[in-house]
Amino acid sequence: MAIADARTGSGDPPKVSLLYNPALRSYVYQIVTIVVIAWVIWYAWHNASQNLARANMTAGFGFLNSRAGFDVAQSLIAYSSDSTYFRALQVGLINTLVVSAAGIVTATIVGLLVGIGRLSQNWLIARLCTVYVEIFRNIPPLLVIFFWYLGVLALLPSIRTIFQHLEENPDAVFFISNRGIYMPAPVFGEGFGYVLTAFAIGIVAAIAFAIWANARQRATGKRPPVLMVSLGLIVLMPVVVFLFAGMPLSLDYAIPGSFNMRGGMSIGPEFLALFLALSLYTASFIAEIVRAGIRGVAKGQTEASYALGLRPGQTTRLVVLPQALRIIIPPLTSQYLNLIKNSSLAVAVGYADLVAVGGTILNQAGKAIEIIAIWMLVYVSISLVTSLFMNWFNAKMALVER
Amino acid sequence: MSDISYVRERFIPAESPPISDASAYGWIRRNLFASWSDSVLTIVAILAILYYLPPAIDWLFLSAVWTGTDRTACLTVDQGGALPTGWSGACWAYVGDRFVQFMFGSYPRDQLWRPLLVAAVFVALLVPFLIPRVPRKGLNALLLLVGLPIFAYILLLGGRFGLRHVETSLWGGLMVTLILSFVGIVISLPAGILLALGRRSQMPILKTACIVFIELIRGVPLITVLFMASVLLPLFLEPGNNIDKFLRALIGVSIFASAYMAEVIRGGLQAIPKGQYEAADALGLNYFHKMTFIVLPQAIKLVIPGIVNTFIGMFKDTSLVTIISMYDLLGVVKASFGDSGWITPVTPLTGLIFAGFVFWLFCFGMSRYSAFVERRLDTGHKR
Amino acid sequence: MAKKIVAAVIGAAVMGIGAQAAQADTLSDVKAKGFVQCGVNGSNLAGFGAQDSAGNWSGLDVDLCKAVAAAVFGDATKVKYTPLSAKDRFPALQSGEIDMLARNTTWSTSRDSQLGFDFRAVNYYDGQGFMVKKELGVKSALELSGASICVQSGTTTELNLADYFRANNMDFKPVVFEAQDEADAAYNAGRCDAYTTDASGLYSIRLKMANPDDHMVLPEIISKEPLGPAVRQNDSKWLDVVSWSHYAMVAAEEFGINQENVEEMKKSANPDIKRFLGEEADSTLGADLGLPKDWAVQIVKAVGNYGDSFERNVGQGSPLKIDRGLNALWTKGGLQYAPPIR
Repeated sequence: MAIADARTGSGDPPKVSLLYNPALRSYVYQIVTIVVIAWVIWYAWHNASQNLARANMTAGFGFLNSRAGFDVAQSLIAYSSDSTYFRALQVGLINTLVVSAAGIVTATIVGLLVGIGRLSQNWLIARLCTVYVEIFRNIPPLLVIFFWYLGVLALLPSIRTIFQHLEENPDAVFFISNRGIYMPAPVFGEGFGYVLTAFAIGIVAAIAFAIWANARQRATGKRPPVLMVSLGLIVLMPVVVFLFAGMPLSLDYAIPGSFNMRGGMSIGPEFLALFLALSLYTASFIAEIVRAGIRGVAKGQTEASYALGLRPGQTTRLVVLPQALRIIIPPLTSQYLNLIKNSSLAVAVGYADLVAVGGTILNQAGKAIEIIAIWMLVYVSISLVTSLFMNWFNAKMALVER
Repeated sequence: MSDISYVRERFIPAESPPISDASAYGWIRRNLFASWSDSVLTIVAILAILYYLPPAIDWLFLSAVWTGTDRTACLTVDQGGALPTGWSGACWAYVGDRFVQFMFGSYPRDQLWRPLLVAAVFVALLVPFLIPRVPRKGLNALLLLVGLPIFAYILLLGGRFGLRHVETSLWGGLMVTLILSFVGIVISLPAGILLALGRRSQMPILKTACIVFIELIRGVPLITVLFMASVLLPLFLEPGNNIDKFLRALIGVSIFASAYMAEVIRGGLQAIPKGQYEAADALGLNYFHKMTFIVLPQAIKLVIPGIVNTFIGMFKDTSLVTIISMYDLLGVVKASFGDSGWITPVTPLTGLIFAGFVFWLFCFGMSRYSAFVERRLDTGHKR
Repeated sequence: MAKKIVAAVIGAAVMGIGAQAAQADTLSDVKAKGFVQCGVNGSNLAGFGAQDSAGNWSGLDVDLCKAVAAAVFGDATKVKYTPLSAKDRFPALQSGEIDMLARNTTWSTSRDSQLGFDFRAVNYYDGQGFMVKKELGVKSALELSGASICVQSGTTTELNLADYFRANNMDFKPVVFEAQDEADAAYNAGRCDAYTTDASGLYSIRLKMANPDDHMVLPEIISKEPLGPAVRQNDSKWLDVVSWSHYAMVAAEEFGINQENVEEMKKSANPDIKRFLGEEADSTLGADLGLPKDWAVQIVKAVGNYGDSFERNVGQGSPLKIDRGLNALWTKGGLQYAPPIR
């Protein structure tokens, strides 16, 4: 009966109330979204302009051209208190990039070693690496920064002790104090340009040789000694040129000044604390990623490679690592991004990164909205560029399926 | 005939395994000295441990000062104390003296029963929630995630039911760390689910809005989000408003955590086979039912480790509120370094080791629990 | 649905315009909500704004907050304090989160104009100085060339420091910290040779050091730092209330009125005192300020006169033991001077 009823009722498409029309619903939801977002933006903008007007303030980026008036401790480009706010922000950005780059390199190396160490057959090494990972992964990076800065670096010998030490050993050139590490700075003499040129030529030649070697291997099955030749081209050639040019390099030693060491090269404790904390913290995560990556490569791959007659070193380099890299790269990218973002913790120890310098300007010029906008813009850009690069690298490494 | 048997009637007792396999010697041989390079590594590691471990234990425990009422307890003779010159060790007396402050900040001392009661209720609700066998998980979750925050809000802040009002500027220590991270968890989980669903929806505008929000927040450091919440938020609200500083930090932490949570959940949503969605559609379920009954339970189960990792990250990240001058555990400990009662060369290291240990305990506990749940929930769906 | 949204948007717009038309009137707002929201120093600067372990606030700046509350409500407890860092303080005032800022803030042209604040009264005349360890053997700031100097970021101090060294052709290495307690710890650990901030702050920080006697404050004062309360611009009624609360404390000291004798002094024959204490028959002084008739009496009862407050918080009655110096009454060679109250 019911079937018959249904049949007699058929013919017209079922009447659906407009309320249940998916297309219409979708439009309504989206219009509501737009209205809500527009309202939030309007509300914030309106209040901000009203608050600023009430306080007789103007918004805009014109202040970037005013004189900064404050000094920055760590600056890699020319900067004085007469420079502009814009210049100060540049100093901060460069410092952010420097500490991030140094941190990424160190964290990758340490992370790789520890990650492989955890898989080691050696019980002791594996345990030590596990302890390292479990400690650093579970402690806030900010605390690690303070630990280095207040707990370790601050307890190093004072600068006065170094002065005394120097009186007793006048030949010492390398010092560690609670004001940082001092070492001789290289001074490049005339003719050092040739060495640099030789170095550049060496790199280009090494790349060319590698390409030729690959082609030859494909053609003949024999692999020319790429590593030795590259080393010769990149290291030996500049050294030879350096010797022939009459060694145009001298050292500028750090000597005691009235309060601090004068001359030479120095690395401040602020940079060191931040650098060590970022590297060691991120390394513990990278180690886990590397471990997962290597374990993700099926054991059959290693066995097949041995069956083909490859040696263990070759197996790791040519079979396991390329496959592990595919698993490793995506999470590695996010760790690199985390490290860059965590470098903003510099503000806690007074390392003049983008956030620290911006914070000072925020306060001196009272431009909160503008400074925070600059911060976000810069960090989002850095994140995007890093992601794009790593995506490109990932695509290059990806399995080419035929 | 019969006395010739071809089948042995008694078992030969098993030979003990070769010495290189079973004894301690064999174990050492296999695990520590398998090859030349292994042996070198082992010896280097043993030497390093012998070099660093005894002094560390000595510093932490043997030479440490356990009792005392002010800094003279932890100072050497030439620094104005009583300890022999050259002494260095942990100053646990300082941690003991400041313990209440490290836990509760400046919360009025005669009102400490309030945070303690909240903590007791928290533990009473959390423990059964974490043990899989205990029934009534739904009610438990409701009490823990909705009831507890309301209860804690009324009890901690006071100002009603005859309770004294305690301003949030007096809150501090581990209490603040736990409140910030717990509220962050409670807010970020539903917010993250909504954002993830929005990001995967068919509606272009909704989708774009979610993507922009998630990627913007994930692209910037937490500090800038906290600065935004603490400095800009008042500027964006109507004049004369007064949002509590604590609330601002809460908003900042929650926004940040939501964006990260959204990406974790999206990972889970993507891992659900298309057939599940289609089957739900075929059954005539609407979007809401499809998500709540079919997709989300599977997706969330898949990403529980990721969710817990986000919680751990958030717990660690709450320490950043120190930078916007709030006093969480790390902030209180750090502020106490400048306290003239306990200024000694070893105070900062002792305090940081203590704070680090507390943070480590919580994070390590969470990660262990996550591993346990992961094993339990592993229903063989993993591909 | 759509209609409702449109209505809501229009409603919000109208409300916004309405709010814009209204004149800023913090005094009425304060009276309406029943307390003064006062921004004070959040890093426990002893003598100016510091909180004890029970959560009670004290200090010279805190006394000014209490005085304003006493003047408006006749009750010095009707204050809520917002502890602020150097970085938070200006946005907090700009956004209306606080009603007044009493956080040892220097009165400067740009803050008065560009940042959109108003200053008038100065409750502490200060100047920037340097503190060094005695063992360095430094006797003058001019000997500090090449030194590492600890300074808090985002303060006028940071700018003065750069200007002073530049003007004297000396160089220095700044070691910059976000929070004052970080700078304290770094100086104490020997990260820097000298510590610079307002001289009053130096005395307060010296107290926190393990051995205060190992440190000395150098004689040079390299800047003028008039510290005073700030309010938002274009709100002269509120500015009047805040400034005259301070002047009332100074005037009370001039008249010799203090917490103990304020009731007796009401019977004084001196017409100036009678007028000040609101005892003159048809006086409208308080009403004109928007305050009760006995506003000055309430201030003195709550915090005493300026001299009392000074001695209690930073002077001989406190661990800081700072001399009155520039902050003595004008009759005693200082700069504290109350305009005539009439």
